Amino acid sequence: MHWQSFSEFISMGGYGFYVWGSFGVTFLAMGLELWLVNKRRQRISQAVKQEAI
Amino acid sequence: METNTGTNRPRINWLKYASPKTFYPLAGKLIPWCAVSAAVLIAYGLYIGLLVAPTDFQQGEGYRIIFVHVPAAWFSMFLYLLMAMYAGLGLVLNARLSYMMATAIAPTGAMFTLIALVTGSLWGKPMWGAWWVWDARLTSELILLFLYIGYFSLQAAIDDKNRADKASAVLALVGAINVPIIYFSVKWWNTLHQGASVSLTQAPAMAAIMLKGMLIMAVGFWLYSIAVILMRVRCEILERDSKTAMIRQD
Amino acid sequence: MKARHKRFGLIAVGLILLVIATVLITKSFRSNLVFFFSPTQVEKGEAPKTGSFRIGGLVENGSLKRMPDGLHVQFKVTDTAKSIPVQYKGILPDLFKEGKGVVAEGKLNENGLFEASQVLAKHDENYMPPEAAAAIEAANAAKTKESVK
Repeated sequence: MHWQSFSEFISMGGYGFYVWGSFGVTFLAMGLELWLVNKRRQRISQAVKQEAI
Repeated sequence: METNTGTNRPRINWLKYASPKTFYPLAGKLIPWCAVSAAVLIAYGLYIGLLVAPTDFQQGEGYRIIFVHVPAAWFSMFLYLLMAMYAGLGLVLNARLSYMMATAIAPTGAMFTLIALVTGSLWGKPMWGAWWVWDARLTSELILLFLYIGYFSLQAAIDDKNRADKASAVLALVGAINVPIIYFSVKWWNTLHQGASVSLTQAPAMAAIMLKGMLIMAVGFWLYSIAVILMRVRCEILERDSKTAMIRQD
Repeated sequence: MKARHKRFGLIAVGLILLVIATVLITKSFRSNLVFFFSPTQVEKGEAPKTGSFRIGGLVENGSLKRMPDGLHVQFKVTDTAKSIPVQYKGILPDLFKEGKGVVAEGKLNENGLFEASQVLAKHDENYMPPEAAAAIEAANAAKTKESVK
C-alpha cells in the first residue's frame, strides 16, 4: 500500500480535483452508457410484449 | 465408397453466425461473461493504479490520471478502426449484421473519445498549465470525436435504413485515415503532448507496476466495450428485424 | 458474386486514392501544424516576423531569475545550439523547471527579448518512482565521470 493515511489518499498530493475528476468523469460516463443501453433494451421488450398481445 | 473426399467433406457453415437471427442468442450468452470479467479487471486496475502504484518522479500523484486517460484514448482509436472495418465489410458483402455492428460500436467509441479529451484536459491544466492547446495530437483527437458524431448523425438523417448504412459506412472509411494521424502526430510534428510511453517497437518508458496497472485497466475497458456493444447490437437487431421471433429464441 | 467483386474493387480504388490524397495534404500542411519553433529556427528567421508565435525547448540551467518587481520572471529557452531570453509575468506551471521542456507563446521585441503571454511545461513520456529516477541519474553521473577519466 502506497498511502500513509486516508486524507493523503484523498488529496492526491494536491492533485485531488484533477485525479478524482478524471476517474469520476470516466466511470460516470461508462455507468451512464450502460444505463442508457439497458433502458433501450427494456423499452424494446416492452414494445414486443405489447405486440404479442 | 467415397473416393472424392474433397467435395463431400462436412462443412461448418461459418456464415451461419453472420445472420442476425443466430447471432442474437450467441451475443446474449457472451454478455454476462464479458461484463463480469470487465468489472473484476477494472476493479483490480483501480486497486493497482490508486492504491499500489508509487508516485511519479516528475508529476507526483497527478500522473495517476494515466490509468484512465491512456486506455480511453487507445479505445477511442481502436473502436473507430473496428467500426470502419465493420462498415467496410458491410459495403463489400452487403451484410446487414456488419452494418449493425458498426452502428453499435459508434456510441462507445465516441464516449471513450470524450473521456480521453476530458481527462486529458484535467491532466493538462496542472501539468502543462493549460486546459487545452491546439497542437496536432489534441486537434486530431477532437476531429475523431467529430467523425463519430458525423457518423451517427448521418445515420439519423437518412430515413431509408439501407441508404443510411451505406452513406455512413463511406464516412467511417474515409475518416479512418485520421487514426494513424492521431497516433503518429507526436512523431510527425512538434506537439506539446509527449510521445508514446508504450509502443510495439520500443521498450516501455514506464515502471513495471505502473505499466501493469494501465494494461489491466485497458483489458478491462476492452471487455466492457465488448459487453456494451453486444447489448447495443441486440437492441439494433430487435429494432430492425421481426421482434417476437428473437425474444422467444432467447 | 460479380457485383460483390465490382463493389470491392471500387472501394479499394477509392481507399487508395484517399490515402494518396491524405499523404499529399499532410505533406503540404506539415509546416502549418508546427506547434512551436526552436530557438535555432527563430534565429534563422523561420518563425513569423509579426504577431505572436510559440517557441519551445529546454529551460537553460541557471537562467531562471525573478525580477526585482516580484512579478516578472526571466529565463532562457535553449535547444542546446541557440538560446532566446524570455520574460513572463504570471504563474508558472507545476512542471516548469530548469533543464526541463517548455513552450512559451508571445512576441519577440526589438531587443531580441521574447515577451511571453503564456508559458506551458512540456514533459517527457517517462513514468517511474522517484527512487528509480535518482538511481538512473546516479548511474548517468558515474558514466560521465568514467568518460572524463
